[in-house]
Amino acid sequence: MLKNHFIKQLCNSFIDLVPILAVVLVFQVLIIKQPIADVASLIIGTLFVVLGLALFIQGLEQSLFPLGESMAYAFARKGSLFWLLIFAFCLGFGTTVAEPALIAIAAEAADIASKGNIIAHSTEAKSSYALGLRITVALSVGFAILVGVLRIIRGWPLYYLIIGGYCGVILITPFAPADIIGIAYDSGGVTTSTITVPLVTALGVGLATAIKGRNPMIDGFGLIAFASLTPMIFVMAYGVIR
Amino acid sequence: MIAWLIHFALALLATCQDILPIAVIIIGFQLLVIRKPLANPKKTLIGFIYVLLGIAFFLEGLDMALFPLGKLMAKQLTSAEFLGINPHEYILNWSAYFWVYVFAASIGFATTLAEPSLLAVAIKAEQISGGTIQAWGLRIAVSIGVAFGIALGTFRIVTGFELYVFIVIGYVLVLIQTLFAPKLIIGLAFDSGGVTTSTVTVPLVTALGLGLAQAVPDRNPLIDGFGLIAFASLFPIITVLGYAQLAAWRSKRSLSSKH
Repeated sequence: MLKNHFIKQLCNSFIDLVPILAVVLVFQVLIIKQPIADVASLIIGTLFVVLGLALFIQGLEQSLFPLGESMAYAFARKGSLFWLLIFAFCLGFGTTVAEPALIAIAAEAADIASKGNIIAHSTEAKSSYALGLRITVALSVGFAILVGVLRIIRGWPLYYLIIGGYCGVILITPFAPADIIGIAYDSGGVTTSTITVPLVTALGVGLATAIKGRNPMIDGFGLIAFASLTPMIFVMAYGVIR
Repeated sequence: MIAWLIHFALALLATCQDILPIAVIIIGFQLLVIRKPLANPKKTLIGFIYVLLGIAFFLEGLDMALFPLGKLMAKQLTSAEFLGINPHEYILNWSAYFWVYVFAASIGFATTLAEPSLLAVAIKAEQISGGTIQAWGLRIAVSIGVAFGIALGTFRIVTGFELYVFIVIGYVLVLIQTLFAPKLIIGLAFDSGGVTTSTVTVPLVTALGLGLAQAVPDRNPLIDGFGLIAFASLFPIITVLGYAQLAAWRSKRSLSSKH
């Protein structure tokens, strides 16, 4: 039964991957008109990706989704808003501050800032700028999950907060230094990692299911939306203050 | 073989490092605040190991097969010889980069379909909505948004228009759509904007953006190379909201035509 399920999952993962393979092969052969250099590693690598994707989905349904949901139920039953909000903040902050994509983008941002004479040309100035940026983004994600969880509990309509957030982005953009705008917009997209997304989604949907009068479809989603919105505002504000 | 095993072990270790803060937070809160044992500790642990192994294999496979090829292609497609540009000629027609736009759109579409985070959100949405929202339909709507976003993003790099003009126009569009879209879809639409850009899309798209900014005369790769990811997380919101509006409008029309 389990084996059968896993084989089905493997097939699904392969289908997910076919478009990428098709794009790469078609462009390589028909447009660039060059043979593929290393066919063996292409095949082995593809098999790895398929296996990895299937294992990830299996683990997702077996572990990450139930875990996020059971924690949401436990917090809802306990009824302690304070601890739930602390948990929400820690989850956002803790998963973001060590995110490799964010570390990379913060280092690049420090390079740009030093070339644009915003900060000094020394390594210390750069690394302190990058660290400050990372903490800023992590704080903003923690804040976003906290507000998002509070919204689910209080039942505030999502679009008020979203519209408010986007107006904030539009308003702060003209004041931010031009060099930091691109990084700020991109930092919203890179903060949500592959493990955080299922956990946070399950947490939100679980909370909306556990609390009476909330619709999991309307109220359960939206946590990730905040987590990719607030970093833009915070990073631009960081650029204004620095 | 041994060298490969060491490499894989390092990749696994790096994944463990990413998971560590999450595990610490969950275990800490479980022990200190909730103070109740997990319902299925063994199953959960095995599932966690599946996730770990899955991500490690996934990244390792991408590193072996797709990233080198994708990055090479991004480089070749944006090279001056392929485009037939004279590097000293500053006035250039944006249509010379036709194949770059096509590549950007197709790689954006294809990588988004295989994005694990989007898969997770789509599975959850299908479960919660009781099947009214199909995981496949949602993923395709998001992929079309990413494809359009990245193609437009490369067009921006080529023409050198200001990033924020596009973003502000996009946001205004999203705000208008949000006011009119069915309330049921809003959370999901905005979430799908955030999850499109992670493990698969970011490295390929960044390579494309930086390569393009280097190849186009008069562009600064440090400034103009950024912004593609922002486009890739903005346009899925527009397409998913649009898809929901279209579905709502059609069901309304078929209802009213029955009466």
